[in-house]
Amino acid sequence: MSTIRYTEEHEWVSVEDGVGTCGITDFAQEQLGDVVFVELPEIGKQVKVGDEVAVVESVKAAAEIYAPAAGEVVAVNQALVDDPAQVNADPMGGAWFFKLKLADAGALDALMDEAAYKSFVEGLD
Amino acid sequence: MAGNGDQTLKQTPLHALHLELGARMVPFAGYDMPVQYPLGVLKEHLHTRAAAGLFDVSHMGQVRLTGDDPATALESLVPGDIRGLAPGGQRYTLLTNAAGGILDDLMVTNAGDHLYLVVNAACKDADIAHLRDGLAGRAEVAPFGEWGLLALQGPAAAAVMARLAPGAEAMTFMTSRKLAVAGIDCGVSRSGYTGEDGFEISVAPDRAEALARALLAEPEVAAIGLGARDSLRLEAGLCLYGHDIDETTTPVEAALTWTIGKRRRADGGFPGADRILAQIQDGPPRRRVGIRPDGRAPAREHTDVVDGDGGRIGAVTSGGFGPSAGGPVAMAYVDTARAAADTPLGLVVRGKTLPGRVVKMPFVPHNYYRG
Repeated sequence: MSTIRYTEEHEWVSVEDGVGTCGITDFAQEQLGDVVFVELPEIGKQVKVGDEVAVVESVKAAAEIYAPAAGEVVAVNQALVDDPAQVNADPMGGAWFFKLKLADAGALDALMDEAAYKSFVEGLD
Repeated sequence: MAGNGDQTLKQTPLHALHLELGARMVPFAGYDMPVQYPLGVLKEHLHTRAAAGLFDVSHMGQVRLTGDDPATALESLVPGDIRGLAPGGQRYTLLTNAAGGILDDLMVTNAGDHLYLVVNAACKDADIAHLRDGLAGRAEVAPFGEWGLLALQGPAAAAVMARLAPGAEAMTFMTSRKLAVAGIDCGVSRSGYTGEDGFEISVAPDRAEALARALLAEPEVAAIGLGARDSLRLEAGLCLYGHDIDETTTPVEAALTWTIGKRRRADGGFPGADRILAQIQDGPPRRRVGIRPDGRAPAREHTDVVDGDGGRIGAVTSGGFGPSAGGPVAMAYVDTARAAADTPLGLVVRGKTLPGRVVKMPFVPHNYYRG
């Protein structure tokens, strides 16, 4: 069973065996609207917490996706580049953006769990 | 992103209807306006190009000019040929300043015993003051106040209007007449801001919602928000005031020289005529052009445009993804030497220079009904 954590920038990260799979939340895709462009990082890129790692753009707006933790990019979801609409269809599942080999898996404990993120989002309305 | 509790925002006569339809509301030009409905920007855009979209543009300013000869009076403030407008004729023109810059773009209709103007929402208070000042003693400037204005746009618009306002379908592009639409007295013009065939319908505020409901009840019609309005007008190559044109851009630089009639070029007599006519003669230093980025990444407003050596030659003023164009599209001002179609250039997006080229606008062909 993996643990899912959330950032205040509306990213999620699901951790398994020291590798974090990262994407944007359903709230984020809903706010962005129809996604038309995705830019992914190079595999092997080393990132620090808060680094801009990927880009997602809708008809309306561009948004950066930040690294939720430090680590190395070990995989990217190339299918999103060819079919960006997947981000709207399955943001929490098939439309993950990249995987990070975490420098310190414990660093994610500071992020929100599902209940905390849910109340965070409710507080935005 | 969050809900808007700002009580100072104004509301159009369709505000309650937008909420009922599930619109996401945003502040725009002092109004609480629908940016999109549950359909979403992309599908709203494509629906308008395929069938018909209904837009609430009641935030725009509607103004009546009366007097002995309001057309001659207005020509002292705009470079367009207003005196040459036949009754029922409509024209796109510009309020210019003494430096040849653009104060606003507007539609002017010869409504018989008066001129009817539609100006931008964000400019309307300043425009009305400017008109009153500039036309004092020659024409009365009467803003409608809060009034309804609906736009029905798309290839099915004429069929819809034929059912609700028989005769409307025979009107040609850029003409106007009084018509009952679904039994409601309206001022109807065949015009719009999407590049598609369509109508703009002026209606009393207390009848605006009934009119909108009658139009939305037609099977081809969907409610469309400001998000798709922007992507539609961008694909059509139409300027957004405050972005693609403003007080620092002249009509010639903006590639709007076509709005200046032959007689006005010969006689001048409008603000900034010296500079504007000199630019027509000698060419402007920069020009508004269309750009297609080669890849999929949109180049948005303020993106730097560079030449092959990385030297800055201009900047994007509107840019995004064109759903009907099937890729990113942009408008930019570039040095005139780089403004010819097919000129390669670079777009600096997030620090990387992406290739693109100058293209002729519109990005998607206009589909106007000229009879």
